[in-house]
Amino acid sequence: MTSTEVHPASEPARWVYLDRIRTRPGPSTNPDVFSPEAAAAAMETMKILVIGAGGLGCEILKNLALSGFKDIHVIDMDTIDISNLNRQFLFRQADVGKYKAEVAARFVEKRVKGIKITPHNCKIQDFDEDFYMQFQLVVCGLDSIEARRWINATLVNMVDEDVEDSYKPLIDGGTEGFKGQARVIIPTITSCIECQLDMHAPRAAVPLCTLASIPRQPEHCIEWAHLIAWDQEKPFPQLDKDDPEHITWLYQKALERAAEFNIPGVTYSLTQGVVKNIIPAIAATNSVIAAACCNEALKIASNCAPALGFPEANYMMYSGNDSIYTYTFKHEKKDDCPVCGQLARNMDVDPTWTLRELVDSFAARPEAQLKKPSVRAEGRTLYMQSPPSLEAQTRPNLDRTLVELGLEEGQEIAVTDPAFATVTFKFKLKFKQ
Amino acid sequence: MLKIWSMKKEQQKAENAAEGTTGVAPKKKKVTAAQLRVQKDLSELSLGSTMTTEFPDPDNILSFILYIEPDEGMYKGGRFSFTFNIPASFPHEPPKVLCREKIYHPNIDLEGKVCLNILREDWKPVLNLNAVIVGLQFLFLEPNASDPLNKEAADDLRNSRDGFKRNVRQAMAGGSVRGETYQRVLV
Repeated sequence: MTSTEVHPASEPARWVYLDRIRTRPGPSTNPDVFSPEAAAAAMETMKILVIGAGGLGCEILKNLALSGFKDIHVIDMDTIDISNLNRQFLFRQADVGKYKAEVAARFVEKRVKGIKITPHNCKIQDFDEDFYMQFQLVVCGLDSIEARRWINATLVNMVDEDVEDSYKPLIDGGTEGFKGQARVIIPTITSCIECQLDMHAPRAAVPLCTLASIPRQPEHCIEWAHLIAWDQEKPFPQLDKDDPEHITWLYQKALERAAEFNIPGVTYSLTQGVVKNIIPAIAATNSVIAAACCNEALKIASNCAPALGFPEANYMMYSGNDSIYTYTFKHEKKDDCPVCGQLARNMDVDPTWTLRELVDSFAARPEAQLKKPSVRAEGRTLYMQSPPSLEAQTRPNLDRTLVELGLEEGQEIAVTDPAFATVTFKFKLKFKQ
Repeated sequence: MLKIWSMKKEQQKAENAAEGTTGVAPKKKKVTAAQLRVQKDLSELSLGSTMTTEFPDPDNILSFILYIEPDEGMYKGGRFSFTFNIPASFPHEPPKVLCREKIYHPNIDLEGKVCLNILREDWKPVLNLNAVIVGLQFLFLEPNASDPLNKEAADDLRNSRDGFKRNVRQAMAGGSVRGETYQRVLV
């Protein structure tokens, strides 16, 4: 097979090797889906979204730009801090205080000609589904589980089974010290972030009683100052973890406690680290994980090789703690996943129905047949069968109509029933005209 | 671009094609994962006769008060209340639980902090609110002297169970134990 020239001779030589990868089939290439022309063309036109322009994000933006993606958007709400500069290499000292997304976008655009990066200096929650619908692929380099769950739920809910374009593959990278993971999620088809929530081990916490009675490590003394001494003495009305005066107070308290129990090692920076829950970010881990993520993006976009999740292994874990180790496996989809286990179904309702009529109708629905349904909408408790106090509080709602309760066309409601302990039913209200 | 369509079809074939749904509709706010999970937990809650709840704002199910009135053990006759604040990261992170009264208990300190393993170091996302509530109830039946938050109370319990019992009665009636005055919690 001959290779196809995608870039004219005027383009820099940097693309030569990329074209060799994406325009030639390899031993694992699926010949049914691979076409050299389509591969390059798809990447030229495809819109890809990067979430996070921090440690992972800088790497991801650079890698995607050098992988031949031309239209990249990046979201990050943060501004640059001086402590970022050691590893977030798209930023310089003069950039401190500016928006990460903005600076990163301009830097990469300057270095890689012919690509466009659109920065969004805001939270991912500031955009709705219409915004996310314009992308073909989403790559996440986030440091919070909160944000991951949000984008995951959003992408899962955007799936419309009749529209192929509504399935947005999500590539998620994450690092913590020497450990990291890269995974590919095809919403509703492969296991989602919510299904995999237990893969994120919460930080090992020390029992409160150990802190209170038998501290053994400098961290115990700091946690004691943070969790117990602060509340007892309340030196300031509200703990501000960024206020040096507050941290100094905790540091002094921790020092006293450490002296009492003869524990060495309490320092100001350790205090700051423990209180702010700082996990050391390691540049090498970020670059390994970002490379894995962008490799998946390239494979998904070009079909030059099968990507993670197609169809088996969808999760790659990496550990650099003791030499270097990776393990790739299939994380199964969970049937009782609150996000992807049960997608919202359309439900025809009459807006003049009372809530009682709606609740009774669940018993008749063939797929649900709920005898004791509890019903909520986002931020709104409509009717709960349990616990008794909440039942009494929400009972008056039963005699109000859906319109009176402020429910709208297209609104999603969640229905639970103790008889179906593992499932949450979700319905999207469709008003009968 | 990858062929999601063919993948989907294969999956459907394998699953013997579930019934399809959805048309294009305007999207509205969805219930967040933490709220879904709490709703599920609440509808499965078994409070028994010794516990009741109170929701200051019924629309916000992430924040409520639990009342426990032990019907046996050393704390029988008392009424204790706990605030539950469930973080948006639930069930990845445990609910935040505080005792609202100043009580004499080896595993609850004077600020109301509770030493219960599943509220901190042993929390797992598979645990639910019922597990926490059962755990709290258990603290009143079996106060544990080996993991103290209130060291004096734990020492008392270790030294003399009868003496500790007397102290509990005294504290629950609003009296003082070792110079510390406790809140009256008798019903």
